[in-house]
Amino acid sequence: MVRKAANTVYTMWLREMLRFWRSKSRIVGSLATPFFFLVFLGPGFSSSYRLPTGQPLDNSFLAPGLIGMAILFSSLMGGVSIIWDKEFGFLKEILIAPVSRFYVALGKAVGGVTTSIIQGILILIIAWLIGIKYHSLPGVVASMGIMFILGIGFIGLGIALASKIESHEGFQMVMSFLTMPLVLLSGAFFPITNLPGWLKLLVYANPLTYGVEAIRWCLLGNSTIPIITSLAGITLFAFFMMLLGGKLFDSMEI
Amino acid sequence: MLYAIETEGITKKFDEITAVNNVSISVKPGELFGLLGPNGAGKTTLINMLSTMIEPTGGSAKVWDFDVKKDAPHVRQNIGMVFQDTTLDDRLTGRENLDLHGRLYDMDSKHRKKRIEEVLSLVELTDRANAIVKTYSGGMTRRLEIARGLMHHPHVLFLDEPTLGLDPQTRNHIWEYIKVLNKEEGVTIVLTTHYMEEADHLCHRIAIIDHGEIVALDTPEALKNMLGGDVITLELENPDNISRLCEIYKENGCASIVSRKNNDVFITVRDGERQIPHVLELASDAGIPIRSVSLHKPTLDDVFLHFTGRAIRDKEAGETERVGYILRARRK
Repeated sequence: MVRKAANTVYTMWLREMLRFWRSKSRIVGSLATPFFFLVFLGPGFSSSYRLPTGQPLDNSFLAPGLIGMAILFSSLMGGVSIIWDKEFGFLKEILIAPVSRFYVALGKAVGGVTTSIIQGILILIIAWLIGIKYHSLPGVVASMGIMFILGIGFIGLGIALASKIESHEGFQMVMSFLTMPLVLLSGAFFPITNLPGWLKLLVYANPLTYGVEAIRWCLLGNSTIPIITSLAGITLFAFFMMLLGGKLFDSMEI
Repeated sequence: MLYAIETEGITKKFDEITAVNNVSISVKPGELFGLLGPNGAGKTTLINMLSTMIEPTGGSAKVWDFDVKKDAPHVRQNIGMVFQDTTLDDRLTGRENLDLHGRLYDMDSKHRKKRIEEVLSLVELTDRANAIVKTYSGGMTRRLEIARGLMHHPHVLFLDEPTLGLDPQTRNHIWEYIKVLNKEEGVTIVLTTHYMEEADHLCHRIAIIDHGEIVALDTPEALKNMLGGDVITLELENPDNISRLCEIYKENGCASIVSRKNNDVFITVRDGERQIPHVLELASDAGIPIRSVSLHKPTLDDVFLHFTGRAIRDKEAGETERVGYILRARRK
């Protein structure tokens, strides 16, 4: 029973990896945005803005935010890709196999989160090459754990959305109305210490905020939100999103 | 186990429409069984129920002795399915598609590798196995899907419109593969089609389905024989002789039905080609000159017409077929 479940999860993971490997050009493309942010936005910010601590707001502040953004984009896409599987028929092949739907969803999630972490790590390396000093090696390793939890959360959300959305037109709309606010309200690009009340409320209600803060703590050794709070925030988010995604996928009709 | 598939009054109602109504069929192991009917007749709904993709709203069905409602996982392990539209991952290679399938059906690595080669050679895709599916032609895609459906040694293989949207030449190829795998792999096959020639050419037995109900079920030969036999059409030089010739045939008892229309006499007989010389002899003995003779062997078209009162072609929604074709083309 356990072996069979593991086998299903592994098969779905393997498929994601094979597809990921085939889309190398897309990976390069997805790294372009964070790369340009680091190279152009970082120096521009650092010459104009100061953090409340007095330091310039530079690449070392932006990098954790960019990693968080990359995880959000690729995880959400990973989950939502079920829509493509539905449209191109492959979903039927999976659903007619003698395997549990829940483990199919889980395998999809683990596959998606792996690709997300790979992208996160690539940004880590790019940022390091550009000259960012990380706090400690264990911190860098821990940040990958944060990426994992955060990724699972957004994939769960993606799967939940995909199970409810009929076409990829609807999906385009959801994506633009979801991803941009999530990124801009996450403290990826500005410190969240002195925000006006209404904005603070939105920022603190945003799961990505806790992800970015946790990654910042791991990489740089300091964050506005205490690490325990961030960790609890993203873990709860991941747990409930995966539960929701699994449930909706289970009841999805094709 | 007596039957590979056995249904009892299986029914599927969607809100207002009854897609499949009270269907009871039995398919023997090793049989190549056809469900023939126009688009929207309920063929796909029926095999979707048998393959556990959708739940029946009434009646029951067993596939390889497993109940489709109570024991879906076992049914799934024992069946292969080739859907109407492609369900391959077109970003992966043919071999990868087969490999993933083998894994989903819990085949171990050694067994998987061996079986992949077997099914690839069966559908003659060994050369293209490492190419991305996106680059395959329509016929190759179909063949790969059939190979994948066979991957896990299913006892029953469902083919939903296996040659829809394919050109005639490719269609003939697919037919040959289907025959070969039925014979060599010994797998029971249930296919749906609205192509008469396909059902006639391939199937051991055919169920004609219309408006969700089985209207006739037998071997293609028996179905055609139900119409009484072949029709010999004689065109006379002189229409005045028609009545006399009809009398002669009736008296001689060489035909069950004799009818006339304009200059033509229609004689319904068994073994038409063997009867022609005798029929001509009788005419010449009576001194009635014949201008032409033709023989029409009944087709399943005639059978369908006989049972439903209309030709299957009337209902053949070119629309659906074209959409299917466009979808397939778009994916290339």
